[in-house]
Amino acid sequence: MTKQKNMSVLVYTESEKGKFKKTALEVASYAKAVANQLGTTVTAISVNANDTAELGKYGVDKILNVSDSSLEAFNAKSYAAVIVQAAKQVDAKAVIVSSSADSKYLAPILAVNLDAGYASNVVEVPSTTSPFTVKRTAFTNKAFNLTTINTPIKIVGVSNNSFGLVEANGNASTEDFSPVLPNTEVNIESIDKASDKVTIADAEIVVSAGRGMKGPENWGMIEELAEVLGAATACSKPVSDLGWRPHAEHVGQTGKPVASNLYIAIGISGAIQHLAGINASKVKVVVNTDPEAPFFKAADYGVVGDAFEVVPQLIEKLKAFKASNT
Amino acid sequence: MKILVCISHVPDTTSKINFTDNDSKFDTNGVQFVINPNDEFGLTRAMWFKEKQGASVDVINVGGTDTEPTLRKALAIGADAAIRINTEAKDGYQVAKELAKVAKDGSYDLVIAGRESIDYNGAMVPGMLATLLDANFVTNCIKLEIEGTKATASREIDGGKETVTTSLPLVVGGQKGLVNESDLRIPNMRGIMMARKKPLTVLEPTTTINETTSVKFEKPEPKGNVKLVDADNLDELVSLLHNEAKVI
Ligand SMILES: Cc1cc2nc3c(=O)[nH]c(=O)nc-3n(C[C@H](O)[C@H](O)[C@H](O)COP(=O)(O)OP(=O)(O)OC[C@H]3O[C@@H](n4cnc5c(N)ncnc54)[C@H](O)[C@@H]3O)c2cc1C
Ligand SMILES: Nc1ncnc2c1ncn2[C@@H]1O[C@H](COP(=O)(O)O)[C@@H](O)[C@H]1O
Repeated sequence: MTKQKNMSVLVYTESEKGKFKKTALEVASYAKAVANQLGTTVTAISVNANDTAELGKYGVDKILNVSDSSLEAFNAKSYAAVIVQAAKQVDAKAVIVSSSADSKYLAPILAVNLDAGYASNVVEVPSTTSPFTVKRTAFTNKAFNLTTINTPIKIVGVSNNSFGLVEANGNASTEDFSPVLPNTEVNIESIDKASDKVTIADAEIVVSAGRGMKGPENWGMIEELAEVLGAATACSKPVSDLGWRPHAEHVGQTGKPVASNLYIAIGISGAIQHLAGINASKVKVVVNTDPEAPFFKAADYGVVGDAFEVVPQLIEKLKAFKASNT
Repeated sequence: MKILVCISHVPDTTSKINFTDNDSKFDTNGVQFVINPNDEFGLTRAMWFKEKQGASVDVINVGGTDTEPTLRKALAIGADAAIRINTEAKDGYQVAKELAKVAKDGSYDLVIAGRESIDYNGAMVPGMLATLLDANFVTNCIKLEIEGTKATASREIDGGKETVTTSLPLVVGGQKGLVNESDLRIPNMRGIMMARKKPLTVLEPTTTINETTSVKFEKPEPKGNVKLVDADNLDELVSLLHNEAKVI
């Protein structure tokens, strides 16, 4: 197929402190698959990343690289302006973003500014590209919806961990890109973020605990289990309501969504509102004293047992496993 | 201050999700509808502004006649007036365009929507609405204070939160945190009686073009049975996670 010169799939590759996030590599991989379907190339737009060459390994052909100290902290309006200008420059037919909090903030702004239809929480590559039809989750993971995007430009928000990383052995060229930035009218006063912890959105493994843990003083073993696995920690709603854990850890239908590769639920009953928010996770493990707990119906692996005995043992077993696997 | 609260009418969180008409439509049979939880937090915050700082609060929904009980509930909670735009919107973009017209015509200072609706989970209406209105926009909003035309808001970000300052006109995508859960209000008898007398205006839609079309729905594959591992044999769990599930 002949490639049209000025037409591309544009992917927004997020970075933090100069390093690409894992989701950036995932959306790059996804963009490559879409570009193959459309017979075109992938252009990435990257803001303040140090080593852009890494994107070549995930199928990116060209990188528009923005270095601008005023974009150090994320600002939706400015970042949207950057992406809109990049989309125009490369005549983007599709714009691919992740499902991070920042990308979900940006995408609707892009949609209006590019007159483009937007599908969020997309879990697969388009089933057809004419009409451009994607599968997205709906009803908080209780169903899927096939959606056709009818506009010339399509915006796709890819659900985290739904596509994975696909390596391609390509090389990416890098071009400096200097967009015109708008005045920001939403100004950041302070950011309060634990920088040494894996976030729920980025994590491949999430260790989550519920009211079965009895009290906040017992979370040491949950944190230790998470540390051994390189996982993020999460909790059920009552646990954050009771103030045992910070609100940012609350997952479920009314909390943060989880789409990790592995979700370990300890002392969580598995109420429908909890399950809805975490069901997009690929493999679910439950530890609960009550064999009748509804979580056992949703889980892939289960241990009927007391968390206070099971978790410390599991930590030891995992440590031994890691020691023998490295 | 004139506040408009966007109300999405959604199935209760415990609803069984089924489809009809060759899986093209959501089956509302036996489903109880509620105010979208994220919007309920927003509405409650709006009531706080009304009672503590003086504001008018209108609620709006884009939907068919079946959404009127949900709007009446918002009136019973304390909103002053309700607007329904009479169309079953095809996507969030269409909803945003309809809302934008009303927000502009009514010169609202503050529009409170939810971070996302729990039915379609689009997380697109508030951002589109703000952009169409050229208003400031803060989503995942967990705290909102307003003094004159200045606003201070906190929003949840991946791994923490940030605090921003901005000004009206403003659109927020609210969520849990905006008010304490214990402050959410259940309509009382007096509120319900008063709500019957409050205005509910029905407007006809002005947009027709659809950027996206829903083709059909699918339900996830039924899951296989859970594999139980003995609490005394956790080596097996580690081995299953490594060799079978390949997640560690
Ligand atoms: C509108 C609405 C929205 C909601 N949204 C959410 C949401 O987003 N997220 C969410 O999580 N919930 C949500 N909920 C709440 C949900 O319905 C449940 O109440 C909640 O998930 C229960 O939390 P839990 O499993 O930690 O506690 P519980 O239901 O109290 O369960 C504790 C579990 O721990 C087990 N256990 C006890 N001791 C031990 C032990 N020593 N070892 C191992 N297991 C033990 C028990 O057998 C039990 O199954 C929502 C509810 C409503 C009405
Ligand atoms: N049909 C609707 N009518 C009024 N407001 C809506 C409607 N749909 C969505 N909204 C608002 O937009 C928010 C986000 O919805 P969504 O973009 O669909 O996830 C909801 O929480 C509501 O505040």
